[in-house]
Amino acid sequence: MRARALKPIVFLLSLGPAAWLAWAALTGNLSANPLSDVTNETGVWTLRFLAVTLAITPLRRLTGWNDLIRFRRMMGLYAFFYGMLHFMTYVVLDRFAGLVEFPNGIVSWTTVRNLVKSIGGDIYQRPFITIGFSALVLMVPLAITSTAGMIRMLGGRRWQALHRLVYVSATLGVLHYWWLVKADIRRPQIYAAIVGALLVFRLARKRVASAFRRTVTAG
Amino acid sequence: MLIKAAPDIRSSEITDRRLYVSRREFIRAAAAGTAAAAAGAVFAGSEAELRAATPASHGRKLENVGKSPLSTDEKLNTWEQITTYNNYYEFGVDKDAPSELARGFKTEPWTITVDGECARKGTFHLEDVLKGQALEERVYRHRCVEAWSMVIPWVGFSLSNFIKRCEPTGNAKFVEFTTLYDPKQMPGTRIPVLQWPYVEGLRMDEAIPNQDGAPIRLVVPWKYGFKSIKSIVKVRFVDKQPRNTWNVQAPSEYGFYSNVNPTVDHPRWSQASERRIGEFFKRKTLMFNGYGDQVASLYAGMDLRKNY
Repeated sequence: MRARALKPIVFLLSLGPAAWLAWAALTGNLSANPLSDVTNETGVWTLRFLAVTLAITPLRRLTGWNDLIRFRRMMGLYAFFYGMLHFMTYVVLDRFAGLVEFPNGIVSWTTVRNLVKSIGGDIYQRPFITIGFSALVLMVPLAITSTAGMIRMLGGRRWQALHRLVYVSATLGVLHYWWLVKADIRRPQIYAAIVGALLVFRLARKRVASAFRRTVTAG
Repeated sequence: MLIKAAPDIRSSEITDRRLYVSRREFIRAAAAGTAAAAAGAVFAGSEAELRAATPASHGRKLENVGKSPLSTDEKLNTWEQITTYNNYYEFGVDKDAPSELARGFKTEPWTITVDGECARKGTFHLEDVLKGQALEERVYRHRCVEAWSMVIPWVGFSLSNFIKRCEPTGNAKFVEFTTLYDPKQMPGTRIPVLQWPYVEGLRMDEAIPNQDGAPIRLVVPWKYGFKSIKSIVKVRFVDKQPRNTWNVQAPSEYGFYSNVNPTVDHPRWSQASERRIGEFFKRKTLMFNGYGDQVASLYAGMDLRKNY
């Protein structure tokens, strides 16, 4: 099938985890602590979409299916989408619900102020939150410059340089997961291995390419 | 000695309680034929609860279960919540793993080894450990270091009674508990997530005014949940502070005392507030989980920032 025909299907499939999560939360099909499940699941899906995004270029090279590039932006934006959901669940379910006191009522400037203070304090105090938040912030310029117009405006080379930030974002994301786990680091290790392999692939290719160039010039 | 529930208690509540108390699915397996054995020692701590927790015996009530002034009157969590959301790494690190993987766990027969600085060393059958202990129901707040909490009713007896019987010597400064290590039955222990077997400890004077979840587990409600060790097979009286598992795992995160303390944060979870399972808004965490009147004196003059 052609990439163009597949696109709407991939788009809908990618919404699947969010839809499933919403359904499960509303029908009581999550654990006894559904709020923490929603936070965890959106986080894990962010990492998965980041990994898929990073896998597209290597897959293209290995399979020669160049049309895969047509999915890269979508996957990247889904990573950002799940990242934002993850952040919003954290803001609402963890920080807002954790304010405990609402001196001027729930809907008030005091609440907003306390919420911002609470988020800021958490980002400052807890290293795993600091890097998780950084990973998301780094994705913001990438999402903004993901349109064709922006690519033109920036110019291909500069755009590409900017979008290498995704390597940093994915690395921080894995670290964020690693640091929040209590004892069993097997799952973070899997993500570290996958993201690591995808980054090493790029480094290795660059090496091979430049070695090749050197040989050519020398010859 | 299983009798019908007293009418003054809603039947839904009773079901929940019996089941709560079981807390882990494996307990269900203990069931059936053992009800008689439990009858002799009805009060028998978790033992008795185990018996009562068979799916068939919903709504039954154990006889001679005393009430306790230490019980909270807060709303209990549901059976579903208490039996499917468990940190019990011996069966797996996911919260829902214990309820699935502990089904076939054999709690019969069960022995507990008493060792160390005490006169009555030896290996005792559970029935003998329970014999003659006065059974009491206590509804306790349970606070996990992960900042969630539940309200759980337990039936058990005071740990101090158990300790007295062991006749600890003057050298016994601490009491150390060890969980069963059985990779065949406990799939979680096949992976070195933690250093197995699980070990917990209390200072002797901490152990004395408090309650034990009986034959198999400890319930120490003013401490984070991980102190309440499960499936105990060994109790040792020692002169040095035991190396409790989580402290070995991450000394900067988990101390020996592990008292619930909203002013001392865990590096990853703020301990200032907690989410009661089933609620949206969090609540303030109370010093010593609200048991300060009973236990604060144990720590008078101690820097709880250092002794976290």
